[in-house]
Amino acid sequence: MKFLRLVWSNLMRRKLRTSLTLLSVFIAFLLFGILCTIKESFSAGVTMAGADRLIVRHKVSLIMLLPVNYGKRMENVPGVDAAVHWTWFNGIYQNEPKNFFGSFPVDPEPFLNMHPEYVLSSADKAAWLSTRTGAIVGRTLVERFGWKVGDRVPLMSPLWQRKGDIAWEFDIVGIYDGAKKGTDTSGFFFRHDYFDEARAEGQGLVGWYVVRVNDPDRTAEVAAAIDAEFANSPYETKAEPEGAFAQSFIEQIGSIGTILLSILSAVFFTIILVAGNTMAQAVRERTSELGVLKAIGFTNERVLALVLFESCIIAMVGGFAGLGAAWLLTLGGSPAPSVLPVFYLPVGYLVIGVAFVVGLGVCAGIFPALAAMRLQIAVALRRNA
Amino acid sequence: MINWLSQVWSVTLFNLRTIPERRGASIAAVVGIAGVVAVLVGVLSIAAGFSAAMTVAGPDDIAMVMRSSADSEMTSGLSREEVRLIADAPGIARGTDGSLSSAELFVIINLPKRSTGTDANVPLRGVERAGVAVRSGMTMVEGRMFESGRNEVIVGAGAARAFAGLDVGNTIRVGQNDWTVVGIFTGAGGASESEIWTDAAVLQPAYQRGDSFQSVYAKLATPESFSQFKDALTADPRLKVKVVRRGEYLAEQSAMLTSFIQGIGVFIAGLMALGALFGALNTMYSAVAGRTREIATLRALGFGAAPIVLSVMLESLVLALIGGALGATLAYFAFNGFQASTINWQSFSQVAFAFAVTPQLLVTAIVWAAIIGMLGGLFPAIRAARLPIASALREG
Repeated sequence: MKFLRLVWSNLMRRKLRTSLTLLSVFIAFLLFGILCTIKESFSAGVTMAGADRLIVRHKVSLIMLLPVNYGKRMENVPGVDAAVHWTWFNGIYQNEPKNFFGSFPVDPEPFLNMHPEYVLSSADKAAWLSTRTGAIVGRTLVERFGWKVGDRVPLMSPLWQRKGDIAWEFDIVGIYDGAKKGTDTSGFFFRHDYFDEARAEGQGLVGWYVVRVNDPDRTAEVAAAIDAEFANSPYETKAEPEGAFAQSFIEQIGSIGTILLSILSAVFFTIILVAGNTMAQAVRERTSELGVLKAIGFTNERVLALVLFESCIIAMVGGFAGLGAAWLLTLGGSPAPSVLPVFYLPVGYLVIGVAFVVGLGVCAGIFPALAAMRLQIAVALRRNA
Repeated sequence: MINWLSQVWSVTLFNLRTIPERRGASIAAVVGIAGVVAVLVGVLSIAAGFSAAMTVAGPDDIAMVMRSSADSEMTSGLSREEVRLIADAPGIARGTDGSLSSAELFVIINLPKRSTGTDANVPLRGVERAGVAVRSGMTMVEGRMFESGRNEVIVGAGAARAFAGLDVGNTIRVGQNDWTVVGIFTGAGGASESEIWTDAAVLQPAYQRGDSFQSVYAKLATPESFSQFKDALTADPRLKVKVVRRGEYLAEQSAMLTSFIQGIGVFIAGLMALGALFGALNTMYSAVAGRTREIATLRALGFGAAPIVLSVMLESLVLALIGGALGATLAYFAFNGFQASTINWQSFSQVAFAFAVTPQLLVTAIVWAAIIGMLGGLFPAIRAARLPIASALREG
């Protein structure tokens, strides 16, 4: 540690270059953090999918409806534990298209049993069961619009008219949280009995089913049995594991998602390469000085450590600041809540980021450091002449 | 003035001639700026291509009518009676068979993508006979038009490229109906190149739609008759509809995705531009440092401070523009015309489109490069001009 001053003055020798390098490293890791956040947001549906759950939709398309009595029939299929229905309500708040979020009529009790990832207090649950117009709202959605329990929220749905052409109104009776960090809490759930009675058309029809199987190893088998149950009916179904269903949505984004992510990664590695090269350059310039250090008695190992220490300091200061800034950014919430509802930087990616930071510091320092270590003192000193 | 200009000119030439001596640093700056421009142009070409696929060339003379509460064709519904009232409204162009209006259905079917084999939401549109006449410019590039009353479909050129099984002569099974692909069309404007079309009268029973439709497309007598048409419909107490121009509708439908991609593009390129700016600053500072004596000599000979500043900035600008041109060319060859399809969440359906590196994008890119170059040159230039002449001459 007594050589800290030596390292410090080396860094300060060219203040401008040091600060520009630091800023480049900072930006690279800020970008890395944002890249990981966006990637996580897109794949949240897949990583959070229940291994024991299936999604059953109309075979032609998700937009086609299924009869509400299919739920009972599915529960009679061997291997099925429970089935609950969801319907796409397409609610819009204050008639502003950008105030758009996922809103669904469901049957409260079976719904909450099926989805333990939505955590609701028992008081809120009781309130929901006793309030016909009640709705439970996810934490991020509540924060987005500044709602609170007790608020009456009017929603417009371009899809579902209410009888008598009046606006839909819901009373917020509870706020649910996610059981895990990646759980999407941007949903708005209300009671299907209220919805079914009040809607102008489509009584007895629901959007799709979420089915829990008894044995997660037999999902494919059960899915096939469900599809067979409804084959050749006017409402044929397609059952698939929840993860595959979510994955198919990512696939729908198609190559542009991949292209965006690869451009981002290319940018990250380019900045890292350039910054690393500058850091290595800073050591190479001082070869003769390292010779002097060795001449006055520094051991090979100590020279190696000095050089590595210097490059790691730049990498860590810049890199950790960049990762930290990205993390702070995600705390501020999603900049586009309707496109990226889940917006956080998972710890796993932070660990990878830290590994990159250390890797950058070591790689940028190790080659010039090894060269410096192997340096013949006489050669190094002569170079200056 | 002439003298001043010639000073700038000669110092700049002198600077540029010394660039080869600082090859490494100069190349680094050029490559950095080329990277920024390539990324900017690349990402924005996605947005440009997508919005190009969602616009209509030529005059905006088609009006769309939907239920007043609907935000897209998918969420709309119109009865046969309403459709008849709309077709009789004033302002619509008339053809030999009566008014040029087409009542249409719009549904989504799942078909696998050619590229990945995974299911995608493909729009299937039912049109009436006048549907083709309403959209002037539509042509069949392969096969023929579907025949009324038969389970036949025609496919937009983009959809035929993007989704499996949409070749002429093939049969696709949707639900319990088989549809034969009989033709491939292009030039109908908007997102229709990504759609599959069939006879509305055949689609209605296949989708249990009874006698209802979702939208009416009407060709206006002139683009100006829009307000006449709209006023007549909104004043009619028997109708609760909204009337929009097709161009406006498409712009609204593509707004979310376009602005999302543009936002990402500008954000990434902005961060990269900062990185490139640091590179340019580094390069120009070392360029000035390496030339301390020469600059001082010029000053001693009577060259003004302003020509020195300008010449350093010009040098930086030249490097930046070379980088910009390089990056733009690279992006053009890498991205222009790249075929892709993605889901447009607003219509919940796939849109097939080609990335478009437009001239406007290239101009934007060059402007960015120039700004980076100017900023990267400014501070080193000021330092160069401020050098105390006597001590600088003594240096080295």
